[in-house]
Amino acid sequence: MTAVEYFEPADLKQARDLLSRHPSAAIVAGGTDLVVGSRSGKRALPKSLVAIHRVNELRGIEGQHRGGLRIGALTSHADVESSSVVLRDWSALADACALVGSPATRHLGTIGGNVCNASPAMEVGGPLIIFDARVELASRGGKRTVPFHEFVTGPGRTAAKAGELLTAVILPASNRRPPVGSAYLRLEYRQAMEIAVVGAAALVAVDRRGNCKRARIALTAVAPTCIRVRAAEEMIEGKRLGDGVIDEAARAAAALARPIDDVRASADYRREMVAVIVARAINRAVARAQEAVR
Amino acid sequence: MKQALSLSVNGLAYEVVIEPHRNLLSVIRNEVGLTGAKEGCDDSECGACMVLLDGRPANSCSVLAMQAAGRRIQTVEGLASGGKLHPLQTAFIEEGGVQCGFCTPGMLMSAKALLDSNPNPTEAEIRRYISGNLCRCTGYSGIVRAVQKAAASSR
Repeated sequence: MTAVEYFEPADLKQARDLLSRHPSAAIVAGGTDLVVGSRSGKRALPKSLVAIHRVNELRGIEGQHRGGLRIGALTSHADVESSSVVLRDWSALADACALVGSPATRHLGTIGGNVCNASPAMEVGGPLIIFDARVELASRGGKRTVPFHEFVTGPGRTAAKAGELLTAVILPASNRRPPVGSAYLRLEYRQAMEIAVVGAAALVAVDRRGNCKRARIALTAVAPTCIRVRAAEEMIEGKRLGDGVIDEAARAAAALARPIDDVRASADYRREMVAVIVARAINRAVARAQEAVR
Repeated sequence: MKQALSLSVNGLAYEVVIEPHRNLLSVIRNEVGLTGAKEGCDDSECGACMVLLDGRPANSCSVLAMQAAGRRIQTVEGLASGGKLHPLQTAFIEEGGVQCGFCTPGMLMSAKALLDSNPNPTEAEIRRYISGNLCRCTGYSGIVRAVQKAAASSR
């Protein structure tokens, strides 16, 4: 084991300065992925660690002008899943955070760390896609925001440049007329410490007559990154939502999946299950849109 | 390069000097000398290493020890006080919540975190809260009964 340098910035300015001096350092938030990953040999332990858990300005959920939401990178999954505003207006994200790891993982693990780990199976990936989320990156040079779907570029890969730190996930305000519902769910073998076999996030806006005005559907764990499936959205947009239409959308989503064979499931099984999980996600989103009316 | 680290474990301060990549479990077991928390999977799957950090459960195998500086760490050794077992420990014994015993320290710490935040959990809430703790003897029924009994005895 080579010597490891460890730094603990007290605020964002110190963090940016440290990262500009040590651009190849690994950033540690909760540490739940990094510590396990380095030990199993999946990734070599980096020579420098910058632990950001004391940078309190990166923690917390705050409303933005015109109804958007800013979730600090260090906000734990437990805090996201129990946030009343997330539960009400971004239900699919609350669903996803409630599925991550176990109660222990959800207290320690952070939304920023989860996004930067860039797992194709990340629970929050689908929800962040359907909500058009952006991520905010800071470096000594300044700040920029990037759409989430452009930020994650492959398994374990992101568009963050050396010296950049993810500081927040931003959910833009969205049109809530007609009423909107969203949901994320996954196929799993165990209810804790599980990695999604297949996951699906759905958002629907449903009018009084039961017609779908807008739809967003995204898949988890069936491609190198979480993916949006527009062909499936188009199957339900402008149509009255019934089982036949929803099943067609689910089959369209399955046709776009590019899953792999691994220890958890075969590619064929995953593709079959995409249709099942997408249909469930749409149905749950519709039920929530209808609840929102009452 | 080794670094000095101050840890507060069960209310006592410990000064250790460690390589900064060390996980909290290995430091608690090998430097602090408390071997209640167990290494099961070493991969955050089994929960045998569960400790409390500022009152919330944490898989100590997956936390950098350096990141625990300044936080209140509780292990199973801190449950009993004044020579008297914690109500959870008594209930685990009475309800057969202990078989081989390897998962017990982690189960007890998860259960403590649950009852501290929710003194009257339903059975479903108990099962969900200990979902990150595996019992390879599959003694879950006794464990759940024990948590229910401890909750009732504290009312």
